[in-house]
Amino acid sequence: MTKLYLTRNPRVAARNLDGEMMIMSGRDSTLFTLNKTATILWQSADGNTPLSEIVEQRICSEFAVEPARALQDAETLARELASHEILKISDQPIGQESSVDGEPR
Amino acid sequence: MSGLLEEMAAKALRLNIPLNVQLDLTYRCNERCVHCYLDHDDHGEMTTAEIKHLLDEMADAGVFILTLSGGEIFLRKDFFEILEHARRLMFCVKLKTNAVLIREREAARLLDLGVESVQISIYSHRPEVHDAITLVPGSLKRSVDAIRFLKAHGLKVIIANVLMTENMRDYNGVRALAAELEVECTLDPTVTPMMDGNRSTVSLGVDQSELRQVFRDASLVGDVDEFCAIPAGPGENELEATPCSAGHTACYVSPYGEVFPCVQFPFPTGNVRRQRFVDIWRHSDQMNEVRSIRVRDLTTCTSCTHVSNCTRCPGLAYMEGNMRGPSSQDCEKSFARTGVPSANMLAKKRVAANLVQIRTLPASASIRASATGAIA
Repeated sequence: MTKLYLTRNPRVAARNLDGEMMIMSGRDSTLFTLNKTATILWQSADGNTPLSEIVEQRICSEFAVEPARALQDAETLARELASHEILKISDQPIGQESSVDGEPR
Repeated sequence: MSGLLEEMAAKALRLNIPLNVQLDLTYRCNERCVHCYLDHDDHGEMTTAEIKHLLDEMADAGVFILTLSGGEIFLRKDFFEILEHARRLMFCVKLKTNAVLIREREAARLLDLGVESVQISIYSHRPEVHDAITLVPGSLKRSVDAIRFLKAHGLKVIIANVLMTENMRDYNGVRALAAELEVECTLDPTVTPMMDGNRSTVSLGVDQSELRQVFRDASLVGDVDEFCAIPAGPGENELEATPCSAGHTACYVSPYGEVFPCVQFPFPTGNVRRQRFVDIWRHSDQMNEVRSIRVRDLTTCTSCTHVSNCTRCPGLAYMEGNMRGPSSQDCEKSFARTGVPSANMLAKKRVAANLVQIRTLPASASIRASATGAIA
């Protein structure tokens, strides 16, 4: 399986509201809230850690899920977040391309 | 407000989180709008470091929507440094500006930094009217050119038009200009008193007949009958409601670090130069006083027909002398909408009647006065 790398889209706005991640799309100002798994992906999306490692270290350790299934679900979720331009995904590590290097809070 | 944003606002209210903050970076301005509520001198603005520190504190406190305004924000030489820091903290940043200083380069930078929207004041589509309000010749052209630069870069632009007697005839022209530029347009018939309490600017606002005309323009309000319907009066839930978001999920910070419940509500609650932002937000007695007020606590307004759908602004009421009292400008709006005077208007009328007692003179006195020519 190809490795997948995720990074936060620097054009979005984001805030953690009591454990619930609020994200506003930079494309059209649509507001999203992320569930727990999506929040983990968002927080771990540093462009250098492969999705498989995020799933293994952050998702499987927290939720009792079978690793292969968890990775498949996480990949679907990551692609969905990418389709809304919340995350950027690539099969290569991703460097920061904007002057805004977001710090999630 | 979108459904999800409403949900988030309700959650922020429950958790006492200041979701929405307006930060004025400066009161200095390159325009001199006749209706402006600010004093444009610099009395010691926060430094770049102070503002960055404040932004860090705001992010930690949970602020999500950050409106940077002024004065004219682009007059601060460190504006882009501040904006860059704000976006690094992932605020949803909205800008309010006259845009006179925005050119191609600035527009490109705003896009790169992921600004959510840029609100630009346009008072008329005619230079002779707009420039007479800003008191800067050529300002309409500069602002409209800026809108084109911003749009060309794909930024969301909102034209904000404050309605006054001077530009009353031009609001449809501004809307047509907005349509041509493919940007949103808002219209606000409220002229705010100056922050020091001087109310001279209020007289520039539209009068009752002009307000009535605006409120009956279906292209603005939609269903006129519904918009102008006489309200049914408050239910129990409405009396328990909070008057507005000021101090509940929103607040305002001046260029000098003073924290107020809202830009239109100059009730001092603390200063970030002396206290942490979150401590002012959570523990200031003044902020908590504002927060404690429910609709049922309002003097006069609770007995008013309009209380359930009045636009009453607690800040304007405060500037009239009582944050629990009515805001006369909003009473005027309710009256213009429905033709029914507010409880405040009726009370004032009674007071006026008691102060000026005009009594009929006895018949003999009247004849005597006429005979001497004292009464024409």
